[in-house]
Amino acid sequence: MWQFGEVALAIAIAPLFMGWISQCRAWMQNRSAPPLTQSYRMLRKLFHKDAAVATDASLLFRGTPYVLFGTMVLAAAIIPSLATDLPFARAADAIALIGLFATARVFLSLAAMDIGTAFGTMGARREMMIGFLAEPALLMVLFNAFLLYGSTSLPNLVNEYAARHTVIDPSVIFAAVAFVMVLLAENARIPIDNPGTHLELTMIHEAMLLEYSARHLALVEWASSLKLFNYACIGFALFLPWGIATHGADGGVPLLAAVAALVAKLTVAGAALALIESLSAKLRIFRAPEYLAMAFLLAVLGLLVHLLLGANINA
Amino acid sequence: MNAHLYISGITSSAIAVPALRLLLIVVAFWIVLGLAGLVRPCSLRVVAHLLFPLGAAGCLSVALVAGVFLAANRMSEVMILPLGLPSLPFHLRLDTLSAFFLLLLGIAGTGISTFAAGYFRSGVGTAPALLCLQYHVFLASMAIVILADDAYLFMVAWETMALSSYFLVTSQHRIPEIRRAGFLYLLMAHLGAICILLCFGVMQGGSWQFTFDAMRGASLTPFWASAAFLLALVGFGAKAGLVPMHAWLPEAHPAAPSPVSAMMSGIMLKTAVYGMLRISFDLLHVRFWQWGALMLAMGLFSALYGAIFAAVQTDMKRLLAYSSIENIGIIFTGIGLALLFETCHLPLFAALALSAALIHSLNHSLFKSLLFLATGSVLHATNQRSLGKLGGLIRRMPWVATLALVGTLAIAGLPPLNGFVSEWLLLQSFLFTPQLPHAFLNMLVPLGAAALALIVALSAYVMVKFYGVIFLGQPREASLGHAHDANWLERLGLGWLAFGCIAIGIQPQIVLRAAGAVTGRVLGGAAVSLRSSIWTIVPIAPGQASYSGLILLLGIVGVVGITFVLVRFLAHGRMRRTDPWDCGYPWQTPRMQDTAEGLGQPIRHMFGAFFRMERELPSPSDVNPRYRIHIEDRLWRALYLPMARGVQRLADMAGLLQGGRLAIYLLYSFLTLIVLLVFVL
Repeated sequence: MWQFGEVALAIAIAPLFMGWISQCRAWMQNRSAPPLTQSYRMLRKLFHKDAAVATDASLLFRGTPYVLFGTMVLAAAIIPSLATDLPFARAADAIALIGLFATARVFLSLAAMDIGTAFGTMGARREMMIGFLAEPALLMVLFNAFLLYGSTSLPNLVNEYAARHTVIDPSVIFAAVAFVMVLLAENARIPIDNPGTHLELTMIHEAMLLEYSARHLALVEWASSLKLFNYACIGFALFLPWGIATHGADGGVPLLAAVAALVAKLTVAGAALALIESLSAKLRIFRAPEYLAMAFLLAVLGLLVHLLLGANINA
Repeated sequence: MNAHLYISGITSSAIAVPALRLLLIVVAFWIVLGLAGLVRPCSLRVVAHLLFPLGAAGCLSVALVAGVFLAANRMSEVMILPLGLPSLPFHLRLDTLSAFFLLLLGIAGTGISTFAAGYFRSGVGTAPALLCLQYHVFLASMAIVILADDAYLFMVAWETMALSSYFLVTSQHRIPEIRRAGFLYLLMAHLGAICILLCFGVMQGGSWQFTFDAMRGASLTPFWASAAFLLALVGFGAKAGLVPMHAWLPEAHPAAPSPVSAMMSGIMLKTAVYGMLRISFDLLHVRFWQWGALMLAMGLFSALYGAIFAAVQTDMKRLLAYSSIENIGIIFTGIGLALLFETCHLPLFAALALSAALIHSLNHSLFKSLLFLATGSVLHATNQRSLGKLGGLIRRMPWVATLALVGTLAIAGLPPLNGFVSEWLLLQSFLFTPQLPHAFLNMLVPLGAAALALIVALSAYVMVKFYGVIFLGQPREASLGHAHDANWLERLGLGWLAFGCIAIGIQPQIVLRAAGAVTGRVLGGAAVSLRSSIWTIVPIAPGQASYSGLILLLGIVGVVGITFVLVRFLAHGRMRRTDPWDCGYPWQTPRMQDTAEGLGQPIRHMFGAFFRMERELPSPSDVNPRYRIHIEDRLWRALYLPMARGVQRLADMAGLLQGGRLAIYLLYSFLTLIVLLVFVL
């Protein structure tokens, strides 16, 4: 039952997280901030509009928003954001989660190519490029986690962490930095993409959504915010698993504490993301490989540090 | 005949008819089918509506027999056929390894033969009956390659396979490029065959017994064992398309008719994988970790190479051919990793890696056949192979587009389809590489996992390009408006393969069990633990990692359904059709879409070192600006052309001997006689 509660919370809270980041960004940039509920109002408005769909759009185009939303909700059911006792979590470990995100990415790219506009295909190409550059780095991050805790299943990682109370392994720091870099790239944030841009030629993610309107756009936007939320929760599970209700501790009190911890972590993480985004400039698209190669090398460095320091591997 | 076979296939488990005999009956049946077509050589109706469907039924029975054999995990069966040369009877053997590859042949062959029944048109290239003969001989020879238990029969079947496929590749022999591609294929096939022959020669170990049983017993020194392994790697690598022996693949696959491309890519390349497994895990009794490391490195390099080249192709079948190189690379990576684990005494992880390689072989035979066949339908509908002249076919060919989408998602390695399962298993086995007991291997090999992740993600890029350019967007040529969908036999064949992709994706337990029957035999009892229910698969331990395609599929479908209903109820379903917005830009032409070249651009930019590029850029003052780019394989100039020149020079030197005058030849004979006499006396 908690499974559904967790998913419902994720669906509800994800746009809020997005709103919180834009609010922080606005503050840092000395603009007057939109209210926190702005994302919800946006969604409400979009759901009530009539959808305008291009004449040639196929079923793939219209179905993709639902598929995106479906994969992201499913991912939220697998990631232990509040508790580790998740019946769905056995369906996919962290590697399979990357695969699930890749499914969403491929669907969105195909949908962007469906109508055959110049910007759509351009966005799809760039999105897939960022994708294949980011995945090796992400996998190396997971490799680090596996070496430390002997599992790629996120709930087990959290349980294992709770059971050990070890000091932080130095490799984790490298992996965490690499993960944040990948998170920024995969979620279309600065420095790879600018979510607030209005220049079509510099767009990546937004370029793929240009043809979507009304409820389709609403679902895609909601799915994007869920994706960011999911990535943040993966990060928490890998690097900051404090407060997540672990195995056998799923009463009312630990779960309430878990909700509080999650909200606190999201608040801090949102502010930190806004800070990173405000401090950095968007990179040219050709610089993206260098950026992601750096993330990859950091993760590899973490791996080597771990192996060279000879920490115990208990797999 | 067919009904009889089917019944005997069912009763086989009851009264224990040897599975091997049933398989041989099917092989004979294929040959008879092939010959039967010759009665009415130009009748497409007989060939298409009778012989090919019967051949498909034969494939299905092979799959059934092999599947039952694997499911029961039966002991191997041997048989000696008094055919062939007087003192060299044919030895045949069916064990779990060969049964697995026969299962693959049967499943993929069923779809391909069904499709072929609707595919061939009269009046193009080779007469239908001849095609039918070559096709079924090809099928039969592949089955015999897998069943052979002595080097002699193996080589006979291997060569029959190469020759029959050569004739199939050159079925449109009036086109010079196709003849050239066929020749290159034949050349590489024979270079490979020589290496395999030499490999068998080494492996008999002085006993001059060429049965596989004798080879299992032969004791080789580490040097000769390594020589045999390397020869096998080159020989089978040339057939499989491992870089740098891959040059024939992107030439021959596009030249062949689509069902033949599917057959070659889907099944024939796997016979090379089978041969490699047979030799390195069964026939050779010593193994060294260096072999595994070499194979791993070659596999990863091939996979990366294939993926990168696939991304810059502009011909849809060449793109798929390069993607085959990539997938073969992934399979060899798995085998190499298994060898590495096995030689380091980690049999459980070896079983995991080997299972991943086996399942990926099966998966590749399904989705690659599916995509090759889909390109066949596209080719028939549009007469275009160039990606620059296709587009928007999802609206004209909804069946093919939908079924090809399944194949596209599967080959891109996306859950919950089958491609993801094998790649996930392989990544799982990479996770254990830090346990390798070698100081540098345990740090280097984990990086292979990152390379694999890059390859898989690149293949997703390639497949988005493939599908997006062919089926999505606006038609790039006016003639595409007349494209028609595939006929029902073609749809049936495509549907069968797509069904296989989905079924293995959501129920990988079945193939995992089959692979377990193989690894259990070749690795001395080690198999991937099957503590998995119908829901999840668990490679090593439940706490470590688990995956369930079924839950993912049901989850996505469930959430999509609920969301759809909720959106309809709480909001509305109103929709109007308009022109595309495209940021308000009023002019829209198909030429403004990204092209296949455009989609290759980031790859050319990033992996420039792999290519030899000739670019022709327009100057600003050109009246008719023209942009042209020609991309070539670097290895072609670095390796193949120098070799060809060397051979040419040698041949020229040999040509000096040929004076063309009778007196000189008589002199040669005379001199030879004298030399021989000197030796004798």
